[in-house]
Amino acid sequence: MSMILHPSRRGFIKGAAALAGVSALSGFSAVPAYAAGLTVGFIYVGAKDDFGYNQAHAEGAAAVKAMDSVTVIEEENVPETVDCQKTMESMINFDGASLLFPTSFGYFDPHILEVAAKQPGVRFQHAGGMWNADKHPAHVGSYFGYIGMGQYLNGIAAAHATKTKKIGFVAAKPIPQVLLNINSFLLGARSVDPEITCQVIFTGEWSLAVKEAEATNALADQGVDVITCHVDGPKVVIETAAGRGAFVCGYHADQTALAPEKYLTGAEWNWAKVYTDMVKTTLDGGMIDNFVRGGLAEGFIKMSPLGPAVPEAGRNQFEAVKAEILKGGFAAIKGPLKDNGGNVIAEAGQSFVETDVALESMNYLVEGVVGSLS
Amino acid sequence: MTAHSNVSAGPMKGVPARAARAPGHLDRQIEAFALPLGALAVGLALFALFLMMVGKSPAEFYGLVFKAGFGTAFSWENTLARTSPLLLAALCVAIPARLGLVVIGGEGAIVLGGVAAGAFGMHMTGLGSTLGIVGMAVSAMCVGGVWIGMVGALRYKRGVNETISSLLLAYIAIALMNHLVEGPLRDPASLNKPSTAPLEAAYRIGTIPGWDIHWGLVVGILACIFSFVLIERTTWGFSARIVGGNIRAAQIQGLPVGWLMAGFCALAGGFAGLAGMLEVSAVHGSANGSLAGGYGFTGILIAFLARHNMLAIIPVAVLLAGFEASSGLIQRRMDLPDATILVLQGIVFISILISETFTGRLSFSSLMRKQSHG
Repeated sequence: MSMILHPSRRGFIKGAAALAGVSALSGFSAVPAYAAGLTVGFIYVGAKDDFGYNQAHAEGAAAVKAMDSVTVIEEENVPETVDCQKTMESMINFDGASLLFPTSFGYFDPHILEVAAKQPGVRFQHAGGMWNADKHPAHVGSYFGYIGMGQYLNGIAAAHATKTKKIGFVAAKPIPQVLLNINSFLLGARSVDPEITCQVIFTGEWSLAVKEAEATNALADQGVDVITCHVDGPKVVIETAAGRGAFVCGYHADQTALAPEKYLTGAEWNWAKVYTDMVKTTLDGGMIDNFVRGGLAEGFIKMSPLGPAVPEAGRNQFEAVKAEILKGGFAAIKGPLKDNGGNVIAEAGQSFVETDVALESMNYLVEGVVGSLS
Repeated sequence: MTAHSNVSAGPMKGVPARAARAPGHLDRQIEAFALPLGALAVGLALFALFLMMVGKSPAEFYGLVFKAGFGTAFSWENTLARTSPLLLAALCVAIPARLGLVVIGGEGAIVLGGVAAGAFGMHMTGLGSTLGIVGMAVSAMCVGGVWIGMVGALRYKRGVNETISSLLLAYIAIALMNHLVEGPLRDPASLNKPSTAPLEAAYRIGTIPGWDIHWGLVVGILACIFSFVLIERTTWGFSARIVGGNIRAAQIQGLPVGWLMAGFCALAGGFAGLAGMLEVSAVHGSANGSLAGGYGFTGILIAFLARHNMLAIIPVAVLLAGFEASSGLIQRRMDLPDATILVLQGIVFISILISETFTGRLSFSSLMRKQSHG
């Protein structure tokens, strides 16, 4: 053991000096002299070409790459373990990164918080919206988008395409963000035709191709003819569903290329805008807000171009509702509304707009969704 | 570092295996180092060819591996921080292997050990640091022990192939973990990342003073030393090795083969469970889906590379952790995909497996014997 420890302990002092140097450097460069070059690190939990969550972030990173005086470094398939902490530190120590975007939801606590405590000169931006001024340091920030509205619009397109009045949703885990998407999808469809039901299947994992394919096939077997999903990489769901003759609505990124005839539309993140804005703020010497959120109106979310299978009436309604949402204050969850167990969610006249924090602890499936949380 | 894992190696001439001048003994000693090191060199050379085929520089690649894995104080911290779960995960493969059992489902014991530790920490609060940490460790080891012990018992009692059963049980374990952290053990405050309640500060294992590495590294090294002594220097271990060498002979000698199989598998699973507990206590602070980080599968590679020698696991785990620590820099600097390190690990693994077939065939004295026998 001493053979391993000895040279490293000596090296540790050197390393400590180097670390101090790096942090001193990044502290110095918080002033505009920074513009000489900003290194921005992006960390993904899966493959950056997964046609989904990670690709959406990687497209944002690609937009940052195109900016002047910015170097972008990326690392994919980084698990939510100590690996992620070391990846952040490696980007800081070896590449001089001073703005990091660790994009997986699970990176925040404890990993980002741990590294942030050691690296006061580096800015950490996390996708997921968990930052809390009372608990978390000021050089950590979080951002998130109201993508439920995108699923509401998906639902409208789905309602115009379904023949069986049965639409389906392949979901990863029964957590608030996913439930809001499922409920929004069904409510969007029911705004067109109140007889539509939505069958949901939870796979239990963010990325589990075999179960995603099984779930999609099971939905198709039950006569579901429009399918969307909330898993990290929608590729398997989209291709399987289209292969079974069902229409599909996308999620996370644009999946038109996977099923050009069957793709109706999709709810996409628009990280390119969010990331270039944040990097621009940093280059100009400003501070990024710690808590940033937005929806369609703010450009955080966008919709894939409508596919050929959406009929004229559907196109018109889709565009009309989208224009309505862009005005702000639109509520998908509004009374009278019950959950699928018959409990009242909202009384007549009560509504939850997209920014309502009550939606962030959603623990129900609305009436018309076939499925349960456990 | 002894290599006489199998008493069947070489013709029996009534000479005790460890007698100083036993013919071939020195050969086996040399072989124990030469074969794996030779195989490692061949694997690295083959990978260099692979790199050249895709138009990348092997020199740059290995230079980066050295720099990011072992070149600086931070690199060592990065490598050693990744080493600790790998040591215990490798023991979960190496110990049963000495009884002739190929157990590859350590991942299951890791995640369930983590859940057990999380559950203990959640329900048994206020015990103080020592009792709390010991309690978490014991409950994790019990659960992991039962999980893999079951594999050994099933093999003996029902003839169920331990390789298949342990792998399938790992998937069941992950599903069970998801069920528990999303259901009965869920902290209601963990909205979008279902987890057990955060551990109290006293239940968290800290870092080794002066290092950014938690005490799990020391625990892992001690576990390897303990296992080495147990297997190589005690009658229990000797019995286990006889079972591995010739199960019929062991039965004829009246050894309790079933108990040995179940017991040593349980010990192996206990170590894997301990790895899960360390992840929860030292890294995550609660049990959640991030526990399934793939350590159990890297452990398989390490155990085979170390030829199931408990002490050899230590340097091999450090080497593999170093490879993984360098994966990020390779992605960033050489624009190679994340899978590059997996290709390297795969080539080295195959190379080691092939080298096993040369066991006892390359030695000088065996060549002489062949000639003398005509």
